[in-house]
Amino acid sequence: MASAATKQPAYSIHDVSKPADFAINVFFWIYSLICVIPLILILSVSFSDERTVLINGFSLIPTKTSLAAYDFLLNDWANVAKSYGVSIFVTVFGTIFGTLAMALYAYPISRRDFKHSGLFSFIMFFTLLYNAGLVPFYMMYTSVLGLNNTVWVLILPLLIQGFFVLVMRTFFTNSVPKELIESAKIDGAGEWRIFAQIVLPLSLPVLASIGLLCTLNYWNDWFLSLLFIGNDGPMGIQYRMYKALLDLQFLSNNSSAYAAILAQNPNFSLPSETVRMAMAVVGIGPIVFAYPFFQRYFIKGLTVGAVKG
Amino acid sequence: MNQTTQLNPGLKKPQAPTKQNIGYWRQYGVFYIMMAPALLVLLLNNYLPMVGSIIAFKNVNYSTGIWDSPWVGWQNFNYLFSTTDSWNITRNTILYNVVFIILNLIVGVAFALMFNAMRSRRAAKIHQTIMFLPYFLSWVVITYLVFGFLSPEIGLMNKTILPMFGVTEEIDWYSDPTWWPLILPLVNTWKGIGYYAVLYLAAIIGIDQEYYEAATLDGASKWRQVFSITIPLIRPVIIVLTMLQIGRIFYADFGLFYQVTRNAGALYDTTLVIDTYVFQTLRVTGDFGMAAAAGLYQAVVGFVLIFVSNLIIRRISKEDALF
Repeated sequence: MASAATKQPAYSIHDVSKPADFAINVFFWIYSLICVIPLILILSVSFSDERTVLINGFSLIPTKTSLAAYDFLLNDWANVAKSYGVSIFVTVFGTIFGTLAMALYAYPISRRDFKHSGLFSFIMFFTLLYNAGLVPFYMMYTSVLGLNNTVWVLILPLLIQGFFVLVMRTFFTNSVPKELIESAKIDGAGEWRIFAQIVLPLSLPVLASIGLLCTLNYWNDWFLSLLFIGNDGPMGIQYRMYKALLDLQFLSNNSSAYAAILAQNPNFSLPSETVRMAMAVVGIGPIVFAYPFFQRYFIKGLTVGAVKG
Repeated sequence: MNQTTQLNPGLKKPQAPTKQNIGYWRQYGVFYIMMAPALLVLLLNNYLPMVGSIIAFKNVNYSTGIWDSPWVGWQNFNYLFSTTDSWNITRNTILYNVVFIILNLIVGVAFALMFNAMRSRRAAKIHQTIMFLPYFLSWVVITYLVFGFLSPEIGLMNKTILPMFGVTEEIDWYSDPTWWPLILPLVNTWKGIGYYAVLYLAAIIGIDQEYYEAATLDGASKWRQVFSITIPLIRPVIIVLTMLQIGRIFYADFGLFYQVTRNAGALYDTTLVIDTYVFQTLRVTGDFGMAAAAGLYQAVVGFVLIFVSNLIIRRISKEDALF
């Protein structure tokens, strides 16, 4: 079932009738359009002239184009770059260490000869059933650990996901032959060596899938920033986008570029609507570009994980 | 997981090594070291905070701090359930989730069936790719997209689409709660359907083609085959996925209800759910005790539901159960 979305037996007597096939195709062309149009709208508004937008409203094709929004963002590039930096660091660090730590946990509990594999499985998977709730979670990271406004509070909560460990454990149990491990032990290899030189190389597919899912989790997260990061703290790009949309003042209050421009030209009014959309484009851009390459692995990871459990 | 529930979830390490089991430690001690990093994170992130649930039974304010705040027993819960708030948020949470579950099921299976029926593999792949794209966008991004349509003065709906139908008055979308029971399921399905369609499609492709061949020889129409072969044979997958969602019926997707609505207070009647309520009580009102009480209420009921739904999944398809 792993390559489900790509494999398909040859068509013969099972084909639907031509009219039915045509209808289905039309439906999906419409639906695909619905999926793509909102993105086109954002793109188009970001390249529009602010005053025209305020009068005529958003439109799919800009009535009057203007690069003013991107011009402003470019002036303010330090803030956006900083946010990108935070997001990239958090994502890369979290994905690598998280995937490694999870694999290191999944391996022992997949070994049937390990006496306490059941206990530690339970410890991991109980977190899927019950979580203490928002308030204790918040207290933990602010009062007890004192990590608010640091980059670590953006990494730690998402580091270990019970569901991913489950997927890895299933993979280790089913796809790493016991005989291989046993013969390695007979040859005198220690557990670290077995893990690094036998288990990991065989597990590249599941590591890649989990790694990509982790990347998605980290890159799209804004909730942790909402809870723990103030205006002066390390802000990921998603949270910056959120702030820009929420608060018209946010753009003007938090931009050194704006202050500089205003000093030179007191009549400058921030093209806020178009700048917001430009910010959205800047935030969405990487995902849309990387998406075609990643989606195959995502689908594999999802189908392996959820269907086989 | 073969252990019984007598195990104390806080128990982590066995007793200190004696002379007899030095061999065990030499052989398996490595495993404990391997698991240590993840265990540490779990301890800090998941297990220690469970102790903090006691905040629900205290009346906390900033001046006295948490540990010195007075115990008030069930007072927070009494207050929580005495107002209509708790009824509203529970109703909203459950009703929305029911709608989401139904939509995920019907639209997901329908899409999967249609993908399976398409003659051109290339076309199917293209549409699948596009259909899956919204799943990868964050809720912040989706909020921008929705805003592009629903912005009161300049959004596409008020300025372009509604006038096409002859409606000239502008609807203040972010102030009128009546539309959101329609908007939120639409947005949620649009974003999430890729996930379910792919899973159902994987299940459909796994069905043995011989069934269809035999049915066609017997003269069964395509529709008949769908209802008599395809759907019954993916029943286990349908039930597992649906039960997993039912288990989480007390939990709402925070991003959907907080971001897409732009947390507009005017909409709370139809958009406030338990998760956003807890957040508001914590961050805006600052009533830690109340927020903790609502959170504990959600966690306990949620746990029972997940536990029961997992038992049901076990009956149907044991390997798909969580434990």
